[in-house]
Amino acid sequence: MLNKKIFSRRGVRDRSEWRAFILIIFLLLALGGIALSLSVGALSISLNEIITAIFSDTSGANRQVIWNIRLPRTLVGALVGINLSLAGAILQGVMKNPLADPHIIGVSSGAGLAGVSIMVLFPHKEYLVTPVAFFGAMLAAIFIYILAWKGGIRPVRIILAGVAVSAFLNSAISALLVFYSDRVHGALMWMVGGLSARSWPHLDIILPYTIIGGILAILGARRLNILNLGDEIARGLGLNVEVSRIALTAVAALMAASAVSVVGLLGFVGLIVPHAARLLVGSDYRYLLPASALLGVAVVTLSDTLARVAFAPIEIPVGIIMAFVGAPFFLYLLRRDA
Amino acid sequence: MSNMKAEALSVNFDDKMVLKDLSLAIEEGKIISILGPNGSGKSTLLNVLSRNIKPNKGIVYLDGQNLSQLSGKMLAQQMAVLPQSPQAPSDLTVRDLVEFGRFPHQSWWRGKSEQDEACVSWALMQTGLIQMADRVVSTLSGGERQRVWIAMALAQKPEILLLDEPTTYLDICHQLEIMELLAAFNHEHKLTVVMVLHDINHAAKYSDYVAVLQQGQIFAAGEPAEVITEHTLREVFRVESEISFDVSGKPMVMIRGLTPKN
Repeated sequence: MLNKKIFSRRGVRDRSEWRAFILIIFLLLALGGIALSLSVGALSISLNEIITAIFSDTSGANRQVIWNIRLPRTLVGALVGINLSLAGAILQGVMKNPLADPHIIGVSSGAGLAGVSIMVLFPHKEYLVTPVAFFGAMLAAIFIYILAWKGGIRPVRIILAGVAVSAFLNSAISALLVFYSDRVHGALMWMVGGLSARSWPHLDIILPYTIIGGILAILGARRLNILNLGDEIARGLGLNVEVSRIALTAVAALMAASAVSVVGLLGFVGLIVPHAARLLVGSDYRYLLPASALLGVAVVTLSDTLARVAFAPIEIPVGIIMAFVGAPFFLYLLRRDA
Repeated sequence: MSNMKAEALSVNFDDKMVLKDLSLAIEEGKIISILGPNGSGKSTLLNVLSRNIKPNKGIVYLDGQNLSQLSGKMLAQQMAVLPQSPQAPSDLTVRDLVEFGRFPHQSWWRGKSEQDEACVSWALMQTGLIQMADRVVSTLSGGERQRVWIAMALAQKPEILLLDEPTTYLDICHQLEIMELLAAFNHEHKLTVVMVLHDINHAAKYSDYVAVLQQGQIFAAGEPAEVITEHTLREVFRVESEISFDVSGKPMVMIRGLTPKN
């Protein structure tokens, strides 16, 4: 693959240029995704009109569409992209496992069971879905941690405990859906993950986690690099392996929980985006984290735009689009790399 | 300068005693080799000395300080550890990896300093890697790769270096290259070297002091000529041997075969 050739044959200067190049491409993709998401829809709005609608005109029809619907929805999508991608990137490093993602630490199944319970058991209290799902996500993550604890944390134990707990919770979800099959529709949409009708209050929920989690993740980048050398080397370099692992997993859990509690169980982003970023910028977390975050924004906003317009006026959940378009693209990257 | 002292170490994994009441003194500026058959506890001993494993009983002192009371960073500034066959992410360059050796000297708020740069260049120079500093580690040969890990440990600027079988998987030429490199560092920079070795002749040739382990206890310890004897080899390794001495009086072992079972 292109970057490998540059890495090995032409040396470091080209490598940092390559990384900068990829980061700029990802940044443009992210900005392009946001712009497209604001502009495209039942009402097509030009870039100039978008800017006017956001900053000066506060009364027109464009303002209504942009300010009340598309802008918050796009921003929620962008932050969800950041949170899930960073959570996945962190977990893949902490667990030293390429299959690690927010599902692994139970965040998805925990949020899933909690959210679906509210939707089918107390459908008139739907406003509770987000906080309860967040609570469920964190509870499942903590539970898996306790199960995996044995004088310290071994990544393999977390992964196995995560698989078992997720299977348990998912079967509970299935049971609920079977018993209340008349209310399945809303729950199903939520389990696939979608941005439909997401607005400012949702943004307020995610934003603090994105900011704090993002800062902590960047501060932890060097520790992630050290962890990637293996526990023994990391200890030899003076890193407190156990504490770093717990702290970084907690950051990932909070970021992922805030995201899935708002938009539902978006899979894929947390697993594939960090991998795609890694294939292009390499495994140094100082570059991998920003690259993952930007690519996450691009993937979610572009997919959501597609989800809105592809079968208009029917809107399909963004999770479906993402997996449909993203998985083949990822396989393509993987083949090229091999 | 650092000297170490292990006092009455006991380690058990579940019910199995791996180290039994083992004591060992490590003098500063020396090369100390730990020998012993598979399962004799030599890697465990090294792991206890490097604080990778907590002993069930006993204390390790580093310069008179209890090892378990030092912060990870403080310890890493004095002691570097190279485990057996370490693995790095496949896209790192030699320089990337060696720079990690500066981690214990950095902090949250302070990134790379000029001193860090200088230490990295120095370590690359000393290990003969400066020419390939920008190469990706996964494209190097086994011997070169091992030199990179040693360079990382040296960039830590430790006073004591712990290695677990540093020559495993290397051909004879690269084995000697690694041993010579360590000996040169010991000689020029008074670096204390503690290593687990499989090759008895390497231990005999390069060590000031040899400890032979058997079933979690020290069978014999002392200068190579005192410890590496036909008796030791028969009792501990169950092999028959012939020992001769080179010009400097270091023992050289020739293995003749297995000791017959009673």
